Amino acid sequence: MDLGLSEEQEMLKKSARDFLQKECPKRLVRQLDENDEGYSSELWHKMAELGWMGLVFPEKYEGSGDSFLDLTVLLEEMGYNIVPGPFFSTVVLGGLTILVAGSEDQKMEFLPKIARGEMILSLALTEPAASYDAASVKTKATARDGGYVIKGTKLFVLNANVADYILCVARTKETNNPEDGITIFLVDAKSPGVKCTLLKTLARDKQCEVVFDNVTVSEKSIVGKRDEGWSIVKGALQKATVAKCAEMVGGAQAALDMAVNYAKERVQFGRPIGSFQAIQHYCANMAMDVAGLRFITYKAAWKVSEGLPPALDLAIAKAWASEAYGRVTLSAHQIFGAIGFTMDHDIHLYYRQAKAAEIIFGDADFQRAIVARELGL
Amino acid sequence: MDFKFTEDEEVFRREVRQWLEQEIPQRWIELDPGIWEETEESWALAREFQRKLGEKGWLAPAYPKEYGGLELSHMKRLILAEELAYSRAPLSIEVEVTVNWVAPSIMLFGTEKQKKDYVTSIAKGDIIFCLGYSEPNAGSDLASLQTRAVEVGDEYVINGQKTWCSYGHLADYCWLAARTDPYASKHEGISIFIVDMKTPGITIRPLINILNRHSFNEVFFDDVHIPKENLVGQKNKGWYQLMIALDFERSSIGYAATNQRIIEELIKYAKETTRNGEPLANDPLIRNELAQLAVENEVARMMAYRIAWMFSKGLHPSYESSMSMVFISEVMRHTANAGMRILGHYGELDKDSKWAVMDARIMRMCLSSLSIGVGGGSNEIQRNIIAIRGLDLPRK
Repeated sequence: MDLGLSEEQEMLKKSARDFLQKECPKRLVRQLDENDEGYSSELWHKMAELGWMGLVFPEKYEGSGDSFLDLTVLLEEMGYNIVPGPFFSTVVLGGLTILVAGSEDQKMEFLPKIARGEMILSLALTEPAASYDAASVKTKATARDGGYVIKGTKLFVLNANVADYILCVARTKETNNPEDGITIFLVDAKSPGVKCTLLKTLARDKQCEVVFDNVTVSEKSIVGKRDEGWSIVKGALQKATVAKCAEMVGGAQAALDMAVNYAKERVQFGRPIGSFQAIQHYCANMAMDVAGLRFITYKAAWKVSEGLPPALDLAIAKAWASEAYGRVTLSAHQIFGAIGFTMDHDIHLYYRQAKAAEIIFGDADFQRAIVARELGL
Repeated sequence: MDFKFTEDEEVFRREVRQWLEQEIPQRWIELDPGIWEETEESWALAREFQRKLGEKGWLAPAYPKEYGGLELSHMKRLILAEELAYSRAPLSIEVEVTVNWVAPSIMLFGTEKQKKDYVTSIAKGDIIFCLGYSEPNAGSDLASLQTRAVEVGDEYVINGQKTWCSYGHLADYCWLAARTDPYASKHEGISIFIVDMKTPGITIRPLINILNRHSFNEVFFDDVHIPKENLVGQKNKGWYQLMIALDFERSSIGYAATNQRIIEELIKYAKETTRNGEPLANDPLIRNELAQLAVENEVARMMAYRIAWMFSKGLHPSYESSMSMVFISEVMRHTANAGMRILGHYGELDKDSKWAVMDARIMRMCLSSLSIGVGGGSNEIQRNIIAIRGLDLPRK
């Protein structure tokens, strides 16, 4: 057993932190939060030059062939700094899905472009039912003229507003088993009939409504096998869940660090408020939450990385993360008091992130339902 | 990162498990004393079992071989502790105190003679210490202790009162913290002594604990004469020795394993029990509650693993141990309370009732778990340690 990072991972972590501190200051985070695109192409290309987009792709797709665990380390740092933009949707939701389930042609076409920072992807899974189960996939893809016509509305689709291609999860067959008959299509976002509307959200992350109004796609755009897409979606969701937890570890650590630093400096009653036990105990609780979150997240990531069945550990990690990140940012707000209740201060950026992260890929109740099932209940 | 145990460690786990299956006495299983529920009979059974563990080298597996240890790796010790707790093996709190605090302190600060006299016997399970730390006015503020030890000729003469002395009525020796310089500041005048509990002048008065058992004692010292050689380490430096001892390997893994078993039994109960014509396991609230317990216990387990891993890397956890202790104490209280909600009225029944379920473990745990966030440093003190040592927050 080894609960530490490797030397290479420590280096990746440090270089990512240094890079983001310099290249992605909170001023930029706010700017990107406020504009509609939500990312900076300058920063995006610098990240690509560092090899971040292709980190986990094999070398033949212009990646560096590192492990999922390495990506976890990077995502933790991205969460620490808050990096607005489509990295998560492009690499985790899109790239990894193509890597796992795509044809060789699709991999050759998409992965090198992603690695070079020339391609943005998005995964359109959720619909107005706002749920992550197969039964709520109502968008239909009907076979026509050797291709398919997609019709339906996708909701809460991350970064579709800037995506070049959208992986659209659609129903190609109606049976009694909702998991049977689901197919994933790679849809050019500029195809006629694709209409993307930005949603105004709490975290100011770029979630979209994407309407597919009789969008024509070819047979070749199918990722994996026709009707058998749900197992791919499940695999993608598993990776996405632990990847999100990794961001949450970083975000929670940042909120803790900010609150502790403030508690050391802010003076009331003639002494730093961090010397008061009430504040100390808030901080101690936050530190416990962060430590617990980090280890169960890395355990789940390790399972994914090693190809071991990760379902239970993933659900445990996200169930804990969903509540712990929220608790940590809430305590941070309490410590910052009134100054935290302003747009000028940075802590609300994390509070907003925590709320969005809590919900995406299933909140704590959703994850606990999985835990219960995995425990044989 | 690697979260799996090596093949060699897995083999060791199976060996421990098998041995425990054979060696835990039937009578112990019948008596089934939980934490703070020991009786004289169970204590005797536990001591016999501890000697057997000692023979295997598993009572003090960390010790150097010359003192009867195995110099076992940190990971194997973690596995051993996990299996002992999960199997509900006969081990008393005091044996852990003796093995994990007293003997390592003697090895670090004691004389050669003390090491020879005590450490090997501790590793064999032959002697058990109780702690003489707390006093009526020195609990969390332990450094305020007032029990006096005065040097007179070749002896120290001890006067004062200790309290919350667990199993003092059954232990062989007391690991006593006493004031040797009343004029120094409160941290500067404390020393540590070994006191034979049979020494004249010691009076023991039982304190009946919340489970209606005699586990604690008040211990009165009236002109108790002990040989000078029973001073451990440096005179007046006892406080610092005591603080260093707090950082000795103290693992919450036993608690996490104990709690794991309780959660598994609650899951089994929920699956086997029907209420209003439906298995409890179908109730979404109960499923949610049990899943949350499993989540929390997994976090607790990782926190305990982290401590063992840090030691294995030559690191010295301090506030990390506090984190794991605070966390598991709260998880156990949560488990007990959630268990009560799941069991409903049946949770109220004590062991003797024919209607009792799960051997009344939940109601017993509801009481016993109150001690876990209090004894050995309250959760408030532990949080202070996390804040000050871990996060570098100011004291003033």
